[in-house]
Amino acid sequence: MRKKTLLFLIACIVLLLLFPVFLPRFYVYLLSIILLYGLLATSLNIVLGYGGIFQFHHAVFYGVGAYSTALMLTKTAMPAVLAFIVGPLVAAALGFVLGIICIRLSKLYFGMLQISLGSLVWAIVYRWYSFTGGDDGIHGIPIPDILSSYTGAYYYTFIITAVCIFLIYKIINSPFGSALQGIRDNPVRSEMIGINVKRHQLLALTIAGFFAGVAGSLFVVVDNTVFPDMLFWTLSLEILIMCLLGGWFSFLGPMLGAGVIVALRTFVSTYTVYWALVLGILMMLVIFFLPNGILGYFEERFKKMLIEPEIKE
Amino acid sequence: MDFIYSLVPPGVLSQVFVGLSRTTILFIVASGLSLILGVLRIPNVAHGSLYMIGAFTAFTVTKVFGESSTAFWMALIIAPLFVALISLIAERGMFQFLYEREHLMLLLLTFAFSLVFGDLVKLVWGGEYKSVPVPVIFQGFVPLFGGLPFPIYNVFLLVAGPVVAILLWLLTNKTKIGKIARAAAVDREMVGAVGINVSWVFAVVFVIGCLLAGLGGVLVAPTVSVTLGMDHNLIMEAFLIVIMGGLGNIWGALLGALIFGITQSLGILVWPQFGIVFPYLAVVVVLLFRPTGILKSTW
Repeated sequence: MRKKTLLFLIACIVLLLLFPVFLPRFYVYLLSIILLYGLLATSLNIVLGYGGIFQFHHAVFYGVGAYSTALMLTKTAMPAVLAFIVGPLVAAALGFVLGIICIRLSKLYFGMLQISLGSLVWAIVYRWYSFTGGDDGIHGIPIPDILSSYTGAYYYTFIITAVCIFLIYKIINSPFGSALQGIRDNPVRSEMIGINVKRHQLLALTIAGFFAGVAGSLFVVVDNTVFPDMLFWTLSLEILIMCLLGGWFSFLGPMLGAGVIVALRTFVSTYTVYWALVLGILMMLVIFFLPNGILGYFEERFKKMLIEPEIKE
Repeated sequence: MDFIYSLVPPGVLSQVFVGLSRTTILFIVASGLSLILGVLRIPNVAHGSLYMIGAFTAFTVTKVFGESSTAFWMALIIAPLFVALISLIAERGMFQFLYEREHLMLLLLTFAFSLVFGDLVKLVWGGEYKSVPVPVIFQGFVPLFGGLPFPIYNVFLLVAGPVVAILLWLLTNKTKIGKIARAAAVDREMVGAVGINVSWVFAVVFVIGCLLAGLGGVLVAPTVSVTLGMDHNLIMEAFLIVIMGGLGNIWGALLGALIFGITQSLGILVWPQFGIVFPYLAVVVVLLFRPTGILKSTW
């Protein structure tokens, strides 16, 4: 079983590495976008699926990470590497600050306060013309030569995403990750056995902010632009849908959901301007018929198949 | 009055009151949101879309009735009822099956509705700017605040806000359905156990909340250009007001709307570029001292 998974993973990686060789430019670009959205959705899932925290406005960290990277690249003469490190760090810092303010509230109250404070960040970015470019955003961001070609951007995105996903997997399966899941399932009991609930949640929020910031810096590499819509609340809810669609109790669910939604958006948009209508209806169907997401559904089926023969023995 | 003017210039006062009459609309929308949040625990993202539908319906109705003076009053009746009908269908058709599930699902369902409504509005009314004429009797200005002209329609809005607040208070405190709804907000199962059909109480509360969104849409229509995307900013502002005032508290929504309006209009005077940031800062300050809002939440 484990060997098979490993083989499957290696096959996936080889396939993803080979794609730019025979796929046209547009599909390579699309794949890069899918990968970075997948990372974004997975980072949200650290707090949402594993932490049980209603982080409604996750796109803020993605946008702030992207803006910080873009501003470092355009406004300063510092080495580009630094920009790609500072971007995620700023996002993590913001995650920490918003976390401190919101963490005192629980569940829905947390989410509503968080979405409002995130909108404050959006309002500042949207209005601060002299610094962030206001509603125009920043275009034509200078990218280091190795990354400026579309294949270079793809390989960079792929490697960073793979490393980050691996790190998130390790974090989820560390003692810290277990504690986080314990808090999700029973906060009172976790407190009783000596876990500092708020501190764990705050750390999780910071980590999630960091990886969202990484996704943002990847977008800068792939698209060379940033714009205020990247931290508007509608994008946050779209990321939530990605998690829901793929299955937020499965590790790779958000990745799958991101892939399905980004691909679908691209193809539907070529036929009609009413993508939001399609997405809305799709969401309603998922909410009613696939509450555990695509992967959750298959895992359930798969488990039944595995368990039943055992019962017979 | 001269004493007041020596403290606050009439220009500033006029600006603040224009701002406040805009917040009346925010209050009406936010009170509907608060009602739904307080009783049904749904953070209704589609509320902004219903407000937008209200405004667009007002455009169509005023167009049908032409320039006659009744056009606006017809819009004021028809548009909220139309919005209420839509929300009734949505509630009976979908929301009622999800009350037992996680609130996240309800939030995402309202978001799905807001996406669908947004595109349906685009489909029906198109993407162009629409304008609704100010009703004939409210056209013109009155000299207020040291003789500065103040739009009569804004006076009407300033009166409409408190009227809605009082009506809502009467509804929730003096009528049977209001009392049941407040009881259901505290303990849904117990209310069901004493033989009350909670499902229909919820439907009524949901529809009344959405009707208020539609009403806000009609009232705002003559003062702004009715356009797609007018829902997106409004819903965040309404959320802020509700959080600031305390979830589910009607008077909290009124207080929140007042704070929001004053900080916004003063903020724009002080620092035009970042005027919209001040209400957000006000929310942060309020919540640092009172994490669950100024007034008592029903939760």
